[in-house]
Amino acid sequence: MSAYTSKQLLFQMKRIRFVEEEIARRYPEGAMRCPTHLSVGQEAVAAAVGLALEHNDMAVSGHRAHAHYLGKGGNLKAMLAEIYGKVTGCSKGKGGSMHLIDEAVGFMGSTAIVGGTVPVGVGLAYGMKVKKSDQISCVFHGDAVVETGAFFESVNFAVLKQLPVLFVCENNLYSVYSPLSVRQPEGRSIAAMAAGLGMPTYSGDGNDVAAVHAKVCETVAEIREGDGPKLLEFSTYRWLEHCGPNYDNDIGYRSETEFLEWQEKEPIARFERVMLDNSTITVAELQLMNDSITLEVEEAFAFAEASPMPAVDSAYSGLYSEQSSYSSALKREG
Amino acid sequence: MAIMTFANAINEALTEAMTLDPDVICYGLGVPDPKGVFGTTMGLQDKFGDDRVFDMPTSENAMTGIGIGASLYGLRPVITHQRLDFALLSMDQLVNNAAKWRFMFGGQRGVPLTVRMILGRGWGQGPTHSQNLQAWFAHVPGLKVVMPATAEDAKGLLLSSIFDPDPVIFLEHRWLHNLRGEVPEGDCRIPLGKAELLRKGEDITVVAMSYMTIEALHAVDHLTEKGINCDLLDLRCVRPLDRQAIEASVNRTGRLLVLDTGNLTGSISGEIVARVTTNCWESLKCAPQRLAMPDYPEATSPALTEGYHVRAEHIAEKIGKMLNRGVASAALAQQRKHPHDVPGDWFTGPF
Repeated sequence: MSAYTSKQLLFQMKRIRFVEEEIARRYPEGAMRCPTHLSVGQEAVAAAVGLALEHNDMAVSGHRAHAHYLGKGGNLKAMLAEIYGKVTGCSKGKGGSMHLIDEAVGFMGSTAIVGGTVPVGVGLAYGMKVKKSDQISCVFHGDAVVETGAFFESVNFAVLKQLPVLFVCENNLYSVYSPLSVRQPEGRSIAAMAAGLGMPTYSGDGNDVAAVHAKVCETVAEIREGDGPKLLEFSTYRWLEHCGPNYDNDIGYRSETEFLEWQEKEPIARFERVMLDNSTITVAELQLMNDSITLEVEEAFAFAEASPMPAVDSAYSGLYSEQSSYSSALKREG
Repeated sequence: MAIMTFANAINEALTEAMTLDPDVICYGLGVPDPKGVFGTTMGLQDKFGDDRVFDMPTSENAMTGIGIGASLYGLRPVITHQRLDFALLSMDQLVNNAAKWRFMFGGQRGVPLTVRMILGRGWGQGPTHSQNLQAWFAHVPGLKVVMPATAEDAKGLLLSSIFDPDPVIFLEHRWLHNLRGEVPEGDCRIPLGKAELLRKGEDITVVAMSYMTIEALHAVDHLTEKGINCDLLDLRCVRPLDRQAIEASVNRTGRLLVLDTGNLTGSISGEIVARVTTNCWESLKCAPQRLAMPDYPEATSPALTEGYHVRAEHIAEKIGKMLNRGVASAALAQQRKHPHDVPGDWFTGPF
């Protein structure tokens, strides 16, 4: 891996971490008024996949999507403004944290129903196939998605039609407060199960950003060459509560010991140490990186906070196309 | 204009749309099979290839989401379900994604998806092969719901649905597929959301949808012979609902009877009566009435569906009561030469 790529990976991970921690710090102010699922601890997969994909490749995600959106290159100011419910938000305040979109960078949407965007991502890939594009479609999902019918149905079709889909499963062991042990049979390997549906799969350490990046680059190239869909499962761990800004190791669904073990394996400090040890980055460069991210994040929060709220009547618009006569009829009804 | 069946008109609309626009694709269980979904999709795969016309896995929910994804990429998918009941498996994708996408992402991109569902009654279709759940879909902001009654409307409304920028649920009544009518050639789109006045009269407004429009035509024409003249409005769409046309008619006649193919409670007919009662109170000469299916599932045995469905004679009798006039309607029942559970002699099953 080049020094440049290493620095990009480190930068992306740190940027995601700074953003998420700053959201957590400010959340209690009560100005971000929507359910917010943070990705602290899970930055590596989003950073690596975002970097491995081409700008015009597409991605979809679920409720915990900040990192995926940012990794793919999504506009930070528009994301924060969306969480603040502002008119400058990426969804103009209609969607909030769980409905992020930045089509300019191929981030086609994240939605709040577990498994809901899996077929959407496969459908994008069907469009790519029909229109003979060389793009690929990336479906970010968690370990609970593989329990949904939509996942099996979507993978079946992707394999049947050999579509250019990269399924990226971040296995963080919990769905809300429910551990894998109450949701999937003991000894189940998600990667092995998905392989049984007829596509190559892989399972690896989701906190080793260099390894994740190498694997994703290799897989993306294979899919682009026409190899059909593949699934990569990466183990990782969310540090904060399922939804919200707090630590919740005390409420009894997971142990402090487990948390501390995972914190030992956290992706950013681990990669930073390697880079310093092999002189890929200097302490001064690191400081510069931290400062530039801090500045960008502060500016983005300032933008979000200073942005106006949407006009209340915009809540009653944008349901149907403006070209549709129904749209103007609804407006008349008020 | 050519005379053809409703099913052929659907086939013409699909052929026309796919010829006009290479982005139109068409799939569903049985779409390219030898029966071609009651003839509606016959020959399409030969004409347009198997990337654009294909059978699908029995995965209604994901295949709907895949249609949504494909439409976000620029395609115009037409999904076909041989029964509405099968499409219930796709409610998550229809309600949470298709209906919401444009709104919840701030209007950036719509979902130009058309979902054909076939609904019906009779021939032992029973509790899970005959449901008329148009009210479910019409309840969801973001969807449009189309229910044609004639062959011409089937073609014109399906073309408009396919080229509509938003998701459309297109409901075809199985008892209409063999109905014949004049159908224009080419791209004969009919705007969505405009009801059609099929008969004009000053005594009462009869509002109907889909197959109920056919039963209403028999009743209304019978009543004309008896000196009772009805406005008969065929809704064509139940969302958007042509409230202007309904209210203008009721304001003229002062009486309203709504005919619904679905179960009574929570039906489109209830919505129409509520709107009219609220907005046309001063014009009403008597309480608005409804005829719909009972609040029970449809049973299978022909012995159990005798009297379950609304027929022309029930409509004529109801109108007579609303006008305080005795109406002899036995002739309406007697003119039907076929059993009560089929639309005509042409219908011999098996489904």
